[in-house]
Amino acid sequence: MSGLIDLTAAQAAERIRAGKVAAADLFEAYRARAASDQLNAFTWVAEAAPQTGDGANAPLGGVPVAVKDLFCTEGVPSQSGSKILEGYRPPYTATVVAKLRDAGAPLLGKTNQDEFAMGSSNENSGFGPVFNPWDRSRVPGGSSGGSAAAVAAGLAPWAVGTDTGGSIRQPAALCGIVGLKPTYGACSRYGMIAFASSLDQAGPLTRDVTDAALMLRHMVGHDRRDSTSLDYPGEIEVPRAEDLKGLRLGVPEDLTGAEGGIEPGVRESFEATLAVAERLGASIETCRLPHAPHALSAYYLIAPAEASANLARFDGVRYGLRVDGDKDLVTMYSRTREVGFGAEVKRRIMLGTYALSSGYYDAYYGTAQKVRTKITEDFKTAFERFDFIVTPTSPCTAFELGAKTDDPLAMYLNDFLAVPMSLAGIPAISIPSGLSDGLPVGFQLAGPAFSESRLLDAAHALERAIGFDGSKPRQ
Amino acid sequence: MSTTSTSTAYEPVIGLEIHVQLDTRTKMFCGCRLSFNDPPNIHTCPTCLGLPGALPVVNERAIHFGIMIGLALGCDIAERSLFHRKNYFYPDLPKGYQISQYDVPLCRGGRLGDVRIHRVHLEEDAAKLNHLGTSGRIHGSDRSWVDFNRGGTPLVEIVTEPDISSPEQAREWLILLRTTLQQLGVSDVDMSQGSLRCDANVSIRPAGSTRLGTKTELKNMNSFAFLERGVRAEIERQTHLLEQGEAVVQETLHFDPVSGGLTPLRSKEEAHDYRYFPEPDLVPLVVGEEMMTAARADMPVELPAERAVRFERELGLHADTARLFAFRAELGDYFERALNAAGADGSRGNGGAALEPAELSNWIPQLVERIGSDADPATSNVTPESLAALATMVKAKEVSRDAAREVLTLLVNEGGDPRAIVEREGLGAITAEDNGLAEIVDKAIASDPAAAEQVRAGNMKAIGPLVGYVMRETKGRADGGEITRLIRERLQG
Repeated sequence: MSGLIDLTAAQAAERIRAGKVAAADLFEAYRARAASDQLNAFTWVAEAAPQTGDGANAPLGGVPVAVKDLFCTEGVPSQSGSKILEGYRPPYTATVVAKLRDAGAPLLGKTNQDEFAMGSSNENSGFGPVFNPWDRSRVPGGSSGGSAAAVAAGLAPWAVGTDTGGSIRQPAALCGIVGLKPTYGACSRYGMIAFASSLDQAGPLTRDVTDAALMLRHMVGHDRRDSTSLDYPGEIEVPRAEDLKGLRLGVPEDLTGAEGGIEPGVRESFEATLAVAERLGASIETCRLPHAPHALSAYYLIAPAEASANLARFDGVRYGLRVDGDKDLVTMYSRTREVGFGAEVKRRIMLGTYALSSGYYDAYYGTAQKVRTKITEDFKTAFERFDFIVTPTSPCTAFELGAKTDDPLAMYLNDFLAVPMSLAGIPAISIPSGLSDGLPVGFQLAGPAFSESRLLDAAHALERAIGFDGSKPRQ
Repeated sequence: MSTTSTSTAYEPVIGLEIHVQLDTRTKMFCGCRLSFNDPPNIHTCPTCLGLPGALPVVNERAIHFGIMIGLALGCDIAERSLFHRKNYFYPDLPKGYQISQYDVPLCRGGRLGDVRIHRVHLEEDAAKLNHLGTSGRIHGSDRSWVDFNRGGTPLVEIVTEPDISSPEQAREWLILLRTTLQQLGVSDVDMSQGSLRCDANVSIRPAGSTRLGTKTELKNMNSFAFLERGVRAEIERQTHLLEQGEAVVQETLHFDPVSGGLTPLRSKEEAHDYRYFPEPDLVPLVVGEEMMTAARADMPVELPAERAVRFERELGLHADTARLFAFRAELGDYFERALNAAGADGSRGNGGAALEPAELSNWIPQLVERIGSDADPATSNVTPESLAALATMVKAKEVSRDAAREVLTLLVNEGGDPRAIVEREGLGAITAEDNGLAEIVDKAIASDPAAAEQVRAGNMKAIGPLVGYVMRETKGRADGGEITRLIRERLQG
């Protein structure tokens, strides 16, 4: 059985299609591992393989997928890491999960996350923190920490996460796997329990770049239920590139300078990866993204503002937790939300409510939107000269549990390098670039909207040249 | 327009905010069917229940209707408008925000009749709350339940400029708006069922002043009569306050149609900072030429306001009658059918002058008076053709005005042909040429020599009793003018 879990998802699908592996056996191998999860990566695990054939004819071959808790899955707990939704089983399934299922990737389990995707360490989950499989005293990153840890530890062949301001890329980096945030609008948000609607995107967390391409191909496309989703131009191609000849990579000095707080070990790995890229034929130059250092400030106004409205529906009236209010409506509302939401969620609801308040809107939300536009323009200008912008994914490697829980600003800085791309709505991928003190480091490539296939190609060439060994946490 | 009974030292300034439920097949942002009086919570889905993860999708038909309303009201239709989130907590609002248009609405400007339109925008209706217990409100109720069938119904909000200056004008204008919307076919516009709801902003100021006074907002006026009564009560209340040297406080008032009283809504229910921001789940609403063309194609040939103008200018109807017929389309339709019949019928009967539309129009209120003021004359026993025939007979002096009223009553009761009824009942006019009439005139003069003497002396006021005598004797079959002429001929030579 242990041989099965050493296969990437693409390899496993190939074997199933060739009749060498039974989809049910593969499912059961992962199911058993997920069920005995020591990382707290799962909040729910399927009890048995689905009855619908062995998936051999479907494009994804029946290879099961772990899904972040915030995706609605019909009849299966979908709690978005929050006590306020404890035990909530939605009556419908999110579009991307349904698309993956229909393409032959059945649901293996639901993965732990920061509450409502608000966090960078997975310590904000209402269902306990997730442990990093490289070192269980450390965080896996967040908010898709359960998805990242599950894939890195071989508890799932691959997983779906969501990225609002780095929530796929940063945990992928900290867990030594591949994570891709697609172009905003590439994947339907229907059925994703919203954090910040103008930023949220679903994307793959996988063992390698090929798996990311394979999964993404079956996630993208316009959904009539999501007005902000778009027809994806063309198909996501299987990456085949083995070099980077002719590619121009820009290193934004505004992000990678002193302000980013990049740890020496991370910088070392980043520089080494740039050297690999150069060897593969890429040209590397520094570039400017002058407004990008303001991205984090703008993000922490826009995202909480949207969240303050998105989370208003958790009021105890229709579903989820209700705490009795002694016959008074407002008392019921406040008790329910007092008990149901964690501290970080409350902090962001208050931030967002304040930012939208009469008299403050222009100064905060309005200004933040202007900054967002400037950042988008910065990237546009940069992409006139460069194919991709490259940075480390996270300024640091996985940190100790509890190290930053008392300092929200230090926690927010984890996403300094990831948030600009989120605000610009452009795709970005994180691949493992090596280890620093035994902990994985992520390398981020960002491209213009809908450049996913080219981005995956470049990431594929780098991945081959780097030769990162991510097998350790699977043992 | 008549004036109110309130003090003339102040003049009211009134603006209306009207919510119209659109008669689309499905809700504003999801595919659930619209319904009325169905079992609760059967027309629901993740979107209109505000379930986690569900997203709104704009109903194209609602946009189409919104554009039609904008065109009918002469608004500028925005090529690009935005939906916002209006945030507040209430159990009838499942998402904790209402999706509505805010500072970039679909339509701006415009005019209907003599009232300017400020803006028209699209939004979604709230669900329906039902409270158990004596309070009838959510505060202090034993238990409340929510019916989400109504939640998400497409609404158009129409906001007027404060151009209305009396409760009567407010009522009349709202009737015009209702007829306009009815004609467009975009809504049931039934105030008793809540598909047309009206709030009023009321302030008063010293007559002739151009500054606006402090306004109050009146809610819950769910009939045309309640609107008029509520606004009148509020004008009286504000006038009283100012006359006492007190100030009007800006507040929202609830009109109780039973007691006629106005009670302030609890400040908790109105003190909101709605924290509007652009709805990130929707893209901007772009109205292309194609949508404009489609809306124009669905517009009725003539809207009520245009019809009133035509009735007055082209047909010479009195302004009040023109408006009445235009605003109550069933009256206008009946009138126009009768007018056609009069034309086809040879309205120049007996060589007399043509029947003027204004003369014909006077018979419609007569008919309405007999069938009930809210009834549609088209459903009565009186066909437009027979009303036209009757009016033509009066014009030709074949039947007197009084006798014709009697004929009309008979027509209302039994239907049929007015000419046959006149013959059957012997109600045909007695004319001067008729010797019988001359004889009756002589008898009248003989019966009241004193009056006759005064008329002879030139005092025409005294002719009344003599005319009355003839009318009684002829059972109203003789024309009053004709009788007067005959009496003067006899007495004044």
